[in-house]
Amino acid sequence: MFQHIMVPVDLAHMETLEPALQVVADMARYYDASITYVGITSNSPNSVARTPDEYQQKLEAFAQQRHAVHGRPVSAKVYGSTDPIANLNDLLVNAINDVNADLVIMATHLPKSLDVFIPAHGDTVAARTHTSIFLVRAQQNK
Amino acid sequence: MDNEDKPKAPQEDESQGIPAPSGAANLIDTDYVIGQDNITSSKFGIDFDLHGKVFMFSSLIILVFVVLTLALPEQMDPLFSGAKNWLTEHLSWVFLFAANIFVLLTVGLIFTPLGKVRLGGVDAKPDFSYAGWFAMLFAAGMGIGLMFYGVAEPLTHFSTSFEGSSFAPLGGAEGDTAGAISLSMAATIYHWGLHPWATYAVVALALALFSYNKGLPLTMRSIFYPILGERIWGWPGHLIDILAVFATLFGLATSLGLGATQASAGLNYLFGIPNNNVTMVVLILGITLVALGSVMAGVDKGVQRLSQLNMGLAFLLLTFVIAVGPTLAIATGFFDNLLAYFQNLPALSNPFGREDSDFVGGWTAFYWAWWISWSPFVGMFIARVSRGRTVREFLIAVLLVPMLVSVLWMTAFGSTAIEQLNSGFEGAKNAADELQLFEMLGQLPLSSITSFVGIVLVMVFFITSSDSGSLVIDSITSGGKVDAPKPQRIFWALLEGFIAIALLLGGGLGALQAAVLSTGLPFALILLAGCYSIVKGLMSEPRG
Repeated sequence: MFQHIMVPVDLAHMETLEPALQVVADMARYYDASITYVGITSNSPNSVARTPDEYQQKLEAFAQQRHAVHGRPVSAKVYGSTDPIANLNDLLVNAINDVNADLVIMATHLPKSLDVFIPAHGDTVAARTHTSIFLVRAQQNK
Repeated sequence: MDNEDKPKAPQEDESQGIPAPSGAANLIDTDYVIGQDNITSSKFGIDFDLHGKVFMFSSLIILVFVVLTLALPEQMDPLFSGAKNWLTEHLSWVFLFAANIFVLLTVGLIFTPLGKVRLGGVDAKPDFSYAGWFAMLFAAGMGIGLMFYGVAEPLTHFSTSFEGSSFAPLGGAEGDTAGAISLSMAATIYHWGLHPWATYAVVALALALFSYNKGLPLTMRSIFYPILGERIWGWPGHLIDILAVFATLFGLATSLGLGATQASAGLNYLFGIPNNNVTMVVLILGITLVALGSVMAGVDKGVQRLSQLNMGLAFLLLTFVIAVGPTLAIATGFFDNLLAYFQNLPALSNPFGREDSDFVGGWTAFYWAWWISWSPFVGMFIARVSRGRTVREFLIAVLLVPMLVSVLWMTAFGSTAIEQLNSGFEGAKNAADELQLFEMLGQLPLSSITSFVGIVLVMVFFITSSDSGSLVIDSITSGGKVDAPKPQRIFWALLEGFIAIALLLGGGLGALQAAVLSTGLPFALILLAGCYSIVKGLMSEPRG
């Protein structure tokens, strides 16, 4: 059903990604899908990389790490922006078309009151694309 | 790119080597990780990521200054105003000397091989089109000032020159109409031409170079790396950043407050809307809310679009004034004024032994302190939107093009007002500064429409200053990050509006604005150091 999964990755907040990455591995193996890990970064230096090129290298290394885990074909693509926080939704929607993904799996946070003013990225992206979106919550302590 | 057939063994350190930014460049080797001194949290569902010391001390100083100014207005006002007056009267030579260095360096760089260096590395691509880029440079740089002083300053210099007042530039041209026109336009263009833009360009170029090519965070302290080395990550760097936050926040808040009083006077003059605190507070709230929407939408969809809207409106107003005003006088005046500017530039910019000390202290040094204290804000914003340009392209766009636009604007508005005065209309000359534009437009056809466009332009210029300023403060207080959580930029945009309202209602707008102008002195020294850093930084860059 799915041939190409896109996975938005924030290398600065890897701790929030783990549950989503496990789902990605399972889904990719189940559907024999390839995976593109997508990074959105600032054009100016940030906590992960001092240049967009360095960010690309780190994302490619990350993709290879994941390849070693799930064995599915991987690629990595970075989009730079002057204002990545404000442009994130637009860039993700463009990336879905650009990489031709038929499924997006992304981590998302628990609902919070501020979502009324600043909706979660998963919500907004899902409302603006025909591609299926799979949102994965962080694991909760029960 | 499908890597299935050639999987590499992932190695933890394989991405740690620092590659070129975008093609060849020369990164500074430092162990500092951007954000390493930051405090992050998601308390109450609100994310934040802030440089602990810069944010805490900036906030504390802002709070102390607001409280002191409101609680002790009679003590604080003379203190701040006295400091500003002393600086502009006694140390005017420092400002004039520093600004001359900025012009010499930035104009000189255009013609040297260093102009070939590309910001962001030899293969970097510009983030914005020329139209969007230039609109943002201009809107952040001085759009609002041109609205208020486009008529007021040429008229004032003309009058003082013609009357031979002590405030006349270069001693004036008493009784000589043509001489007074020439001198007044030269002096006005001097204040709005190469020198202010060179001041902005020094900060912007230094920041862009040390951020995009050297890999340091986009914050003021980075300029000092060639001088202070790794010490910029400690207190010397914190102090520079805190001073930049202080100047930017209070500069914006006091401008917003004073601008609201001027816009309210304009609305009263045009439409009879009551000129009182309610109108002013509503204006500040309105401007703050639109600015809030703009910072949420970001640089591309917020600031850029509003700046382009403003440039479009300003172009329409300028074209209208040229078309229905004294078209021929403006057309010939453009070249005459440009010539007068360059002829008088050596005398006007001479820092020592001036006989027109009232003009130098009251006008030039005041303006220079103003441009310099605004330079961290405007410079940082220009740097943020200028990646991918060569140094030469950058300097032509930040220096020469705005200068020519200023000459055209001042010629169109100033020449029209002076011609009206010489034809016997004294309404503009006798009006308050903020109303002179509307008095001048009132003598032209369709004045209710053009005055309305003028009011809208003033408002939108305030919005574009407020939103770009909030982005700059957010970046400095988060240790140079431009990807800090959104609630932070909302906080700064709101704080700016609240401080403007508090100072408007409680008094102290003028006092704190004087305090901001006083930061012009330390920043003049910081910028001189920045000149050294630019040359040193550019010398080590590949020239593509």
